[in-house]
Amino acid sequence: MIEINQLTKKFDNFTAVDNLSFTVREGEVLGFLGPNGAGKSTTMKVITGFLAATSGSVKVDGHDIATDPLAVKALIGYLPEGAPCYPDMTVLQFLDFIAEIRGFTGQEKQRRIDKVIGDVELGAVCHKTIDTLSKGFKRRVGLAQAILHDPKVLILDEPTDGLDPNQKHQVRQLIRNLAKDKIVIISTHILEEVSAVCTRAIIIAGGRILADGTPKELEARSRYFGAVSVQLTADFDLHKAVASVTEVSGIELSDASGRRHVLLPQQGAQIFSKVLDLAQNERWPVAEFHLVEGLLEDYFRSVTQGTVTGGAPKHETGVTQ
Amino acid sequence: MRILQIIFKRELAGYFATPLAYVFIVIFLVMNGIFTFDLGGFYVRGQADLMPFFSFHPWLYLFMIPAIAMGLWADERKTGTIELLMTLPVKLTDAVLGKFLAAWVLCGAALLLTFPIWITVNYLGDPDNGVIVAAYLGSWLMAGSFLAIGSCMSAMTRNSVIAFILTVAICFVFVASGSEIVLNAFNWAPQVLVDAVAALSFLTHFDAISKGVLDVRDILFFLVFMASWLFASAIVIEIKKAN
Repeated sequence: MIEINQLTKKFDNFTAVDNLSFTVREGEVLGFLGPNGAGKSTTMKVITGFLAATSGSVKVDGHDIATDPLAVKALIGYLPEGAPCYPDMTVLQFLDFIAEIRGFTGQEKQRRIDKVIGDVELGAVCHKTIDTLSKGFKRRVGLAQAILHDPKVLILDEPTDGLDPNQKHQVRQLIRNLAKDKIVIISTHILEEVSAVCTRAIIIAGGRILADGTPKELEARSRYFGAVSVQLTADFDLHKAVASVTEVSGIELSDASGRRHVLLPQQGAQIFSKVLDLAQNERWPVAEFHLVEGLLEDYFRSVTQGTVTGGAPKHETGVTQ
Repeated sequence: MRILQIIFKRELAGYFATPLAYVFIVIFLVMNGIFTFDLGGFYVRGQADLMPFFSFHPWLYLFMIPAIAMGLWADERKTGTIELLMTLPVKLTDAVLGKFLAAWVLCGAALLLTFPIWITVNYLGDPDNGVIVAAYLGSWLMAGSFLAIGSCMSAMTRNSVIAFILTVAICFVFVASGSEIVLNAFNWAPQVLVDAVAALSFLTHFDAISKGVLDVRDILFFLVFMASWLFASAIVIEIKKAN
């Protein structure tokens, strides 16, 4: 269990992390979301013992990072931002070094190295110097050193940054497989990643927690939750057509063509099936009909910018009629 | 201790993984040859000792050692690996010492590879080998002191060129403070002050050792000097690692 209690980190006069408190339990995959400079990386650096907190405490499995740093560091596998590795070593030499530092010797060391090389698919490059590897491989080497000792706590700072879609998928798969009875904290800008791998998401900005919940819960807080997107093929008076459905609280035009509309539901109402029935019965000229996606993104923007966003997610040019 | 060994091994292997160690050793040997035979007048003196060889070491180290030391911590900061290293279960003292010892052993290896000159002087004459061994030890201790300064300067910046220049500048102070020119400039001052300045110099202590006078105080000077600068390195790393 990780307990973070009133954690504050200041750099000179700048407060990067401001009185942050939360607890993470085994089995949770926590997504750390926030705009650049929100304090995500700084929080991770404090948890991993790289930076000392200005005030407050971090405890991992009961060990305080300030008083017993080595015990905490032994429990944690950490992928720092940018996945730094010693550039003049080969992948094997590097993993050997990490394994020795982690206290493995002989056959056990070899077994662990072989296993991570298999897990993150580094077999093809294990004799190359890290300097010569592509960004994707470097990231995987960083990931390999973080999971080599099968840590109880895995902290990954932007683990999929710079990877291609296949590699991203692979890394997410890996994180999901690892997550059982572990604590995983990942930071990311990619919101779909949170829905894909995280069981819990915390949105921070300015070093404070703005939202904390499962990805589903956060999505439900979006004002587009349950909204229906309709793409018309001809001019049609949608306002008149849906007048009978009282749960529809409003209609937004969501692109410049004037044919794509978003029907907003009243708080908590389900309108999809009602509107669908209506559209079928009355033969609306419809090309597309679906629930609005990207709710997390909308919610993220609305909390981090401190305002309700104009325009439905994924359709940037919104005009409210 | 185990961790220290692992870091030491990695650092030492690192020197030989790049051309750095080879370039350093080759240049060190060539420069030694030039200094000893051309400038030092090894043959002309007609004496069976290695004074011309050792007397140039402080000046040779002044530029060679900072080149080894400059990357110790600056490179770690530049590549971001310092964050990796400092979040592994590693004590800062182990990291500082492991890195320092690896660099010091490299200097020792370069020094040992000057053995042909020792063979030469033994072939040509009948030198006091005890004095030569003492001088080698003194030279290695002095190299360590240069390195310890370099370690601290390297911890201050992420730019290894800046680390190099700072190290040369500070080392120069500690070499030159024992030279005639500097000490004569202090002739207005009380003798205590002149002695204090001279006592801080590598030259004073190295000259004593290289003449075969193995005084505990001279050896202690170098050991305490190294320990102090390494301790300062650790403090600087702790303070500046985040920037």
